[in-house]
Amino acid sequence: MEKILANRAIGGWLMALPLVVVLVLFLVLPIILIVVVSFWQATEFSIIPAFVWENYEFLFGSPVTYRVFLNTFKYAAITWALTLGIGFTVAYFLAFHIRTQTWQIALFLLCTIPFWTSNIIRMISWIPFLGRNGIANSALMSWGVIDAPLEWLLFSDFAVILAFVHLYTLFMVVPIFNTMMRIDKSLIEAARDAGASGVQILWNVIIPLTKPGIMIGTIFVVTLVMGDFITVRFMSGSQSANVGRLISNDISLLAYPSAAATAVILLLTVLIVIGILLRFVDIRKEL
Amino acid sequence: MEPRSRSFYVLAAFFGLFLLFLYGPTITIAILSFQGPGGGLTFPMRGTSLHWFRDLFEQQAVGDIWGSFRRSFALGLMVMVTTVVVSVMGGLAFRKRFPGSGMVFYLIITSLVIPSILISLGVGLMFSQSGMTVHWATSGFGSQLTWTLPFGLLIMFAVFNRFDKSYEEAARDLGATPWQTLRHVVLPIIAPSLIGVALFGFTLSYDEFARTLLTAGSYNTLPLEIFGMTTNVTTPVLYALGTLTTVFSLIMIGVFLALAWLGARRRARAGSDAGDGLA
Repeated sequence: MEKILANRAIGGWLMALPLVVVLVLFLVLPIILIVVVSFWQATEFSIIPAFVWENYEFLFGSPVTYRVFLNTFKYAAITWALTLGIGFTVAYFLAFHIRTQTWQIALFLLCTIPFWTSNIIRMISWIPFLGRNGIANSALMSWGVIDAPLEWLLFSDFAVILAFVHLYTLFMVVPIFNTMMRIDKSLIEAARDAGASGVQILWNVIIPLTKPGIMIGTIFVVTLVMGDFITVRFMSGSQSANVGRLISNDISLLAYPSAAATAVILLLTVLIVIGILLRFVDIRKEL
Repeated sequence: MEPRSRSFYVLAAFFGLFLLFLYGPTITIAILSFQGPGGGLTFPMRGTSLHWFRDLFEQQAVGDIWGSFRRSFALGLMVMVTTVVVSVMGGLAFRKRFPGSGMVFYLIITSLVIPSILISLGVGLMFSQSGMTVHWATSGFGSQLTWTLPFGLLIMFAVFNRFDKSYEEAARDLGATPWQTLRHVVLPIIAPSLIGVALFGFTLSYDEFARTLLTAGSYNTLPLEIFGMTTNVTTPVLYALGTLTTVFSLIMIGVFLALAWLGARRRARAGSDAGDGLA
């Protein structure tokens, strides 16, 4: 027994077995099944095993598909830019301006706690703020900025992006903070001694060294936004669509083959994006 | 110490605004959940009362909230324990750099980046096509693991990357068996990080929505129940429920953080060097 466990290959595989079983059962098999079902046919009442391309033909033949994919990329791009800006600034403040480790940990935890609470409730909590008679409208009206309540605050693309930024900025803060904390402080001192200004230090020293963290944060934010369907549905009041909603609509109509075909294309898109991003960062080295 | 620069105050103000942005809405609904009986979903407050909380406890017109809470809690504990055990074993396995570990690593990354609705759809299809019924404790449990395990493993990778191998070598030189080394040297050193893995396992499961949507079956978990309420409940009872489960989450987070802190303090007092292997 000891001898078998000492064997690198067998011992390693035995230890990894539970993990591999879970991933094969609940990740690999479901993906294979989705690919298979995407070639099936659907009637009003049931789905029939077949090998037809009609789900894909319909998907690529419909102008809605391209619009929805474009919209998905738009959400991802805008959310990415905003979360990067906010996340980098917050991480920079925590890593370079807070001087004691106790305070760093305390403030960092304060930023991460919302991540461990419910996303649905955090979305709901925008209603009293953004609603027609909500805090934002009342405040703006009492300041005399606007005369009538703004209708586009809740249930709009604005609300969708706001919720994305609210939910996912954390995924930028954590990896960027993590890489910043590993920057050797003497490099910054050296740059200052050599006469670099604050902006030059930021641009030529800190940002290049923080790139791996930025890449990991980008992977999180982009995949979370591209795969989302519930934020878009809730915050747009069902007025906007992204690919996730296209899939969930098909599912609610029991049109599984069509949902599966859309899912396959979405998965390929996400994997291609991640594949490109992974060329810039070695995740295992950065942990 | 050099004096604070002007940029410190600008950044501190930005950070304060960010915290307000993070917590403001949650605090708002916490306040609004104490609306008087005639109050609506937004300000002004029409008196203060516990009316909406009483509503939650008394009538069940809003659905099976307490049943769904019990299920979510049980599922959270199941996912937590499984995530900790499987992540530790997986983390140990990856240290051996077994053949094929690269492929398993890419599976973990795929599990992390795959849109949640694909897991929901795929697992739902797998169960229905093979004639099994979906249930929160089987299909729901497995689907949630595809989300919690990558986080658990990423934490374990980070821990083992900073692990000083000389502790193990010392134990082995003193004649410890592989099991003794694991039990008395490795596990005590990584124990604090396991509290972190457990925290992720529980909270990510307790709040998970998309992956349980098609895999929970006829008995809803709490997030599904709450989302169902958003379409037909238009009273502050929704806020009261939101406030209660957020308070519950905060208590759980507090318990985990307190455990981590107590563990660190006990070790410091006992003068043990366990944990020094962690950078």
